Amino acid sequence: MESSGGTPSCELTDKAKKYDRQLRLWGDHGQVALESGHVCLINASASGTETLKSLVLPGLGSVTIIDDTKVTPQDVGNNFFVESESVGSARGEVTLRLLLELNPEVRGTFVEQPLTEILDNQPDFFTPFSCVVATCLPECTLLTLSKVLWEAKIPLVVVRTYGMIGYLRVQMEEHTVVESHPDNEMPDLRLDRPFPALQKYIDGLDLDSMDHREHSHVPYVVILYKVRQRWIQEHGAAPASYKERKAFAEMVREGMRQKESGSGDTFEENFEEGIKAVNTALLPTTIPSGVQSILNEASSITPSPTTKPFWIMARALHEFITSEGRGALPVRGTIPDMTADSEKYIKVQNLYREQAAQDADWVLRRVQEHSQQLGPRKVISSLESSVKTFCKNAHALRVIKGKSIAEEYKGSINLSEIGSHLENPDSELVWYVMLRAVDQFQSEFRAYPGYFQDQVETDIVRLKVCVNKLLADWGCGPIIKDDFIHEMCRYGAAEVHSVAAYMGGCAAQEVIKVVTGQYVPVNHTHIYSAITATSATFSL
Amino acid sequence: MDPVRKLKFRTVKDQDVFCSRYLALQLIFSTASDIIVHLVRMLPWGERWGEVRKLLERPGPFTHPDFEPSPDTLKMLQENMKVLVIGAGGLGCELLKDLALMGFTKLHVIDMDTIDLSNLNRQFLFRKKDIGESKAKVAAEFVNHRVKGCHVTYYNNKIQDFGEDFYRSFHLVVCGLDSIVARRWINGMLLSLLCYEDGMLEQNSVIPLVDGGTEGFKGNARVVLPGLTACIECTLDLFPPQVNFPLCTIAHTPRLPEHCIEYVRILLWPKENPFSSETAIDGDDPQHINWIFEKAQKRAAEYGIGGVTYRLTQGVVKRIIPAVASTNAVIAAACATEAFKLATSACTPMNNYFVFNDTDGIYTYTYEQEKKEDCVACSQVPQELEMKLSDKLQDIITTLAESLQYQMKNPGLTAMIDGKTKSLYLHSPSSIEEKLRPNLKKTIEELGLQDGMELAVADVTSPNTVLFRIKIKT
Repeated sequence: MESSGGTPSCELTDKAKKYDRQLRLWGDHGQVALESGHVCLINASASGTETLKSLVLPGLGSVTIIDDTKVTPQDVGNNFFVESESVGSARGEVTLRLLLELNPEVRGTFVEQPLTEILDNQPDFFTPFSCVVATCLPECTLLTLSKVLWEAKIPLVVVRTYGMIGYLRVQMEEHTVVESHPDNEMPDLRLDRPFPALQKYIDGLDLDSMDHREHSHVPYVVILYKVRQRWIQEHGAAPASYKERKAFAEMVREGMRQKESGSGDTFEENFEEGIKAVNTALLPTTIPSGVQSILNEASSITPSPTTKPFWIMARALHEFITSEGRGALPVRGTIPDMTADSEKYIKVQNLYREQAAQDADWVLRRVQEHSQQLGPRKVISSLESSVKTFCKNAHALRVIKGKSIAEEYKGSINLSEIGSHLENPDSELVWYVMLRAVDQFQSEFRAYPGYFQDQVETDIVRLKVCVNKLLADWGCGPIIKDDFIHEMCRYGAAEVHSVAAYMGGCAAQEVIKVVTGQYVPVNHTHIYSAITATSATFSL
Repeated sequence: MDPVRKLKFRTVKDQDVFCSRYLALQLIFSTASDIIVHLVRMLPWGERWGEVRKLLERPGPFTHPDFEPSPDTLKMLQENMKVLVIGAGGLGCELLKDLALMGFTKLHVIDMDTIDLSNLNRQFLFRKKDIGESKAKVAAEFVNHRVKGCHVTYYNNKIQDFGEDFYRSFHLVVCGLDSIVARRWINGMLLSLLCYEDGMLEQNSVIPLVDGGTEGFKGNARVVLPGLTACIECTLDLFPPQVNFPLCTIAHTPRLPEHCIEYVRILLWPKENPFSSETAIDGDDPQHINWIFEKAQKRAAEYGIGGVTYRLTQGVVKRIIPAVASTNAVIAAACATEAFKLATSACTPMNNYFVFNDTDGIYTYTYEQEKKEDCVACSQVPQELEMKLSDKLQDIITTLAESLQYQMKNPGLTAMIDGKTKSLYLHSPSSIEEKLRPNLKKTIEELGLQDGMELAVADVTSPNTVLFRIKIKT
């Protein structure tokens, strides 16, 4: 999609231009993954169409809408993807048409059938989907859907708008992320274990013999390396405590030369940068605990033809670490910018790059060994670049292990999590309890509390019974204030557009994370309160 | 008196007592009027706004203290409430949709831009055939067509094209801007509309401002009650500073592909004038970008630097901010919810700053941003500007531009000397600028400025002049 060097811009396709702003977030390869994605939406209510909107616009491959209802005036009031003229028509058909208008490259179909029928008669219906999004489902149907998709290992995203409350639930048994794009990254400078090529280069530099210009343009990693060497000679070990690091910074400052007068700057910028970097650059090179867990799990797996490439690569990574890597991850290969002359900076940068390439090569060989041992199997596409990316992101690998909704509702729920959050009067978990309670109410009375204007008062009483029963099941007392029960009845299951739009945006991004494998999904229940404009994530 | 303002800040009890609504319906069809009320509820169009009406016609424990359930509120929203949406882009499109589907019908939208292909991945009211057209116009027409009863009026203008009378006519302003300067400007405008009587702020002159911003997967939304809560200017230091590489790096020691691109943009282009003399770089012209791209590649090759791509070149030259539909949807929705709360009191508004990030799970944080005591825009505190008698006027201007507190773009200065207004330096018209330019090199002393004198500063970041009192440092 991106034109390679030298070709004029007119060769940038229209698609590349259209998607430019989002390609800067997930790259061309992320876009390819998105365009191979096939998402099924169950129920094209406001929450559903708002979710699909933010998937169609960035170019999701295809969508299927399952909806057996007809457009009502209520839909016209809260759903942008119906027209007033379409009252009475199949909602799935109308919403599909108006959604696909947003992006002619997206394909779509609609199925006007009750979900229960599909679940009963066509259990394999969902096999072709990369992800299923569901909304407005009664509890029993949701639980059946949850089981079917959990067995089939198809990710399910449940999105729900209830008055001023939003709910999002991501159900996936296991989800691995290579490109998690962490917000704050520590640089990987390896000062505590410089690789031979780096050592050789820096040892060959003599700061004292440099003229002023050269001295003030030495990359700070060189300066810190040299000072660290001196420190160890004097103290026997690397600086560890806060006090020692402070003294170390002073030692760096001592190496700074005073500027000749009249030459502009009064300090050497590269030394100042080095001093600022002392705290992060001197940290020992370690494997983050999350990554170590992944490696431990990988080492215990017996690779088979069905093992995901992620685990094959993780296993190879583990083996690398215990041998060539001498206990450390592959060198990342990128370094922060440093005030320096071009020649030295690029030389240093290339040293890190070359070491990273060498390390990645070791990992690649091991991956290839494993692949061969497994016999004929589906070739991991673009193996070399996948391994390279894997190694570059080794410090930020993430694995999400989920729980099925059926297990959460009917099996074992995390009682301590519930208990501890409910003790906090401001916790959003209270809305989770309320949503579970209104579902119980609906199973019993075939309508949501407060749905009918004339039932609001009586429903408050009935809902309270549902709430307290739920709490009792979980071993909690009747600790939820009446205010919340009253508020839920006030809502009467209203799907308020602005809240549906908020939740749709959130849900869409979760689907994109699932389909592209980049960025980290919610694990696993997220509640948004438009009342307080706050949110929280729970793992129940 | 404007029925909307009356509703918002009323002290008089509404005669439609909130209890009566339920109780009447509990008595099943016992009176003719109840039958009529019930029948009216059954009408198809009555149900269109059923969702919103549950919030507006039913009492609840989390409503604003001012709230009283009544069918009049929806009526007021639809018939009287006038809302201004600034921007018809990523946030603006979402805002118009959200507000329309929350019951607002009198929407006005300002945007000076035209539609570009790169907008279509998120600005969903636009289609390929609309490329080149006015964003405000196409957005308004789309919403008017889709949401029957909604009337969006559009203005293909800059916000600076309108004055006090225009802005005063709105009950609420919602911003979906991509420019900090514009945000500060509208903030200044709404502050200038405040009326004080006997030192007390007149509530009716307060026009709430709901502001949203996004960048990739991050975003924020906030509620500003001008004169009462923290304003945009109060939080100037929250905005991340723009990345500007030092000139010596660009000129002599490039290390990153970005340095090579900036070299071409800042140094080579003015020197070589590739397209004709004095043509400025047009980031939207692929020929310009391509020229810069190729020259940047050459420079990068000289130094052994990799990574110069067309995409990076465009990103650096245009200072492109990545954007996706989902983040815009979330932030606009958060703003629309707040607008709805402010208009109807159906719930207490956010207090007052909301931050969102969904790169790792979904993270939000809401806090009360406090008013800055000496805020240049909204505090009544007289601003002091310190300077030495030996400082040149140019130094003062540089301070106003570079300080985190003021961050002005092109300040123009006038002073009161011996009871007379004296222009020290103005940017336009160019004849005046030329005449006053020598002042930049003169010292404060030479210009006749003294301790305690008043200095009036005008800048594009506000419609109002900022008054400073000169304080001479020794």
